[in-house]
Amino acid sequence: MTTKTYQLETVSCPSCIAKIEGMLKKTAGIESSEVLFNSSRVKVAFDEAALASEDIKGRIAGLGFKVLSEK
Amino acid sequence: MKAFKMTKGLGIAAAGTLAAVSFLLMKTIGYEPVTVVVMLAATVIAGTPIFMKAVGALRYGIVGIDALVTIAVGGALVIGEYWEAAAVTFLFMFGDWLEARTLEKTRSSIKSLLGLAPATARVRRGGAELEISPAFVVAGDIVVIRPGERIPVDGTVLEGDAYVNQAAITGESLPVSRGPYEQVFSGTVIESGYLVVRADRVGEDTTFARILQLVEDAQDKKAKTQKFLEKFSRYYTPAVIIMAVLLYLLTRDLVSALTLLVIACPGALVISAPVSIVAGIGNGAGHGVLVKGGDIMEKLGAVRVIAFDKTGTLTEGRPAVVRVEAFGIAEEELLLIAAIGESYSEHPLARAIIREATGRLGALTETAKNAQMLPGRGIRFMMSGKTYLVGNRTLFMEYSVPLGGTETLLSLEEKKGRTAVLVGDAERVLGLLSIADVVRKDAKALVADLRRLGVRRLVMLTGDNERAAAAISAELGLDGHYAELLPEDKVRVLSELQANYGRTAMVGDGVNDAPALASADLGIAVGGAGSDVAIETADVVLMSAELGRLAYAIGLSRATVANMKQNIGFALLVAGLLLAGVLVKTVNLSFGMLVHEASVLLVIINAVRLLGYGRKADREDRRRTLELRLPKTDGTQLHRDRADIQRLDA
Repeated sequence: MTTKTYQLETVSCPSCIAKIEGMLKKTAGIESSEVLFNSSRVKVAFDEAALASEDIKGRIAGLGFKVLSEK
Repeated sequence: MKAFKMTKGLGIAAAGTLAAVSFLLMKTIGYEPVTVVVMLAATVIAGTPIFMKAVGALRYGIVGIDALVTIAVGGALVIGEYWEAAAVTFLFMFGDWLEARTLEKTRSSIKSLLGLAPATARVRRGGAELEISPAFVVAGDIVVIRPGERIPVDGTVLEGDAYVNQAAITGESLPVSRGPYEQVFSGTVIESGYLVVRADRVGEDTTFARILQLVEDAQDKKAKTQKFLEKFSRYYTPAVIIMAVLLYLLTRDLVSALTLLVIACPGALVISAPVSIVAGIGNGAGHGVLVKGGDIMEKLGAVRVIAFDKTGTLTEGRPAVVRVEAFGIAEEELLLIAAIGESYSEHPLARAIIREATGRLGALTETAKNAQMLPGRGIRFMMSGKTYLVGNRTLFMEYSVPLGGTETLLSLEEKKGRTAVLVGDAERVLGLLSIADVVRKDAKALVADLRRLGVRRLVMLTGDNERAAAAISAELGLDGHYAELLPEDKVRVLSELQANYGRTAMVGDGVNDAPALASADLGIAVGGAGSDVAIETADVVLMSAELGRLAYAIGLSRATVANMKQNIGFALLVAGLLLAGVLVKTVNLSFGMLVHEASVLLVIINAVRLLGYGRKADREDRRRTLELRLPKTDGTQLHRDRADIQRLDA
């Protein structure tokens, strides 16, 4: 299990959180996820054998949120 | 395709202009083809990004507000409501843009804290000075900092003298003086002078980096209210969508059903709590008050009982001479004799005497001869050919020096919880020095402030003896004290207080009261900048040693909670009114969108107000401190302080 935190561009609408959370919940290989509204960050715990970090970033970007950095 | 991609601002401007033009056309020439074309153009420009986002989310099976708006706009186009379509898309886009701008503001205090991170470090390596990134500084490096520069490490001053502004750490904007052997913090700025510092802690280990991490984490720790609201809106949105479908099936009124869809997202409600919390935490962080999350912010203002640790929290934490009583000789002479006698001793009481003597008389020039340490009793020594005794009752009895009337005074002082040291020669007692841990200057003001804030019970917990505890408790006018406690006793007393009086906060310096801090409803650490344990364990950390920040923190918590409540009340009211308005057909599509977006914006703006909390009090505070300092400072500092006061007055 790997845990990563992605820094997004400023997340401005609360419905964005629902969207990102919903998407992550439906993604196979993701154990748990948390979208932090005020700091515009996403914390994800996932199985690296099933899913690459690049994949997660791609999916977040697909919803229209730029991923600035990860750690 | 790329060439047509517009920036958000440009898109909004274009859609807005087109919508305005179409509105004019509608009012002047009416619903002509050209009017419709302009309206459609506005809808396409503003609507395309919404549509794209809706599709992006739908791929994952998520129906967000973009999807709802897209459906509503599509419906409006189908039934020929072109103006509604243009207005709704433009308002949605514009609202979103404005909200992002104002939201930035609520987060600005925390962002500006991040901006205080030092950018470069100048280190001495191999005889040369190199400018490098702070990330490459290692512990043990010698760092040189000049005026106006930010200190890049936590370290110890090796040489130099400077006034350092520690606002980034303690929230205190008045510079402090720092010289050799003293500690400096990363993130603080040298206002004048220069320092050469040995790096003790670097990068992520510095106090500043820890604070940043804590604040970053704190802003998203949800308040109870917030969790409730999120649950509420999870049911609210689907409920309104079902209502829209039902409304359409029952009345075949597509317009009303579409309008319901637009207002289905309770944006203002969801955002109401987090924006207040982030603004409140940001305000605190800028004033040296770390509140570790929304839940803590909610609890802090509702504290009923505050229990204080004594030593180092309510008192200075180091003994000082509080009374000098000389019999037949000058006070100065008495002090001098005692100090010279004690100058070899490492005992805390001895150090208190020496500090007092050197403070009053300057450096000691004479020395004691034939000094004899008598453990548990005191010291006997020769000076200028005479024998002197400095110590307690037992010492004087041993050498058969009569105490006489001193006995009464001695027991009087002891009743006050003080330690009395007798000074005498071979024949008689020359005087008495009374030593005690003194109450901190700001403790009394804090007690008054907390009473004014309506905290019900203020008590003191201490491991010290009953007499000393009672004396300090009485001096401060506390409601009670618990003495001779071991750390585990403190935990027990706290749970009693919780059971009897309600929510209890424990205030300590975090050094030896960590279990108590952890077990109270709320642990508050004072002077946290100096202690890692305190920063980690406590729920609220007051970075400076200034006690007054506690009252500030409680006031801030109440202001934040009040702000949150205003927001929630307002958001609920708007949601209710909109819902009712749609059902009785007084609210149409574009108006519904306008109210929805405006309510979100108002909620954010209300939260921004919190950033200004305490601004006035701050000014007063700084002014007072400046005035206190005036006579003591040297010429340039004096001049600068005066200028500051004038600026504050202006």
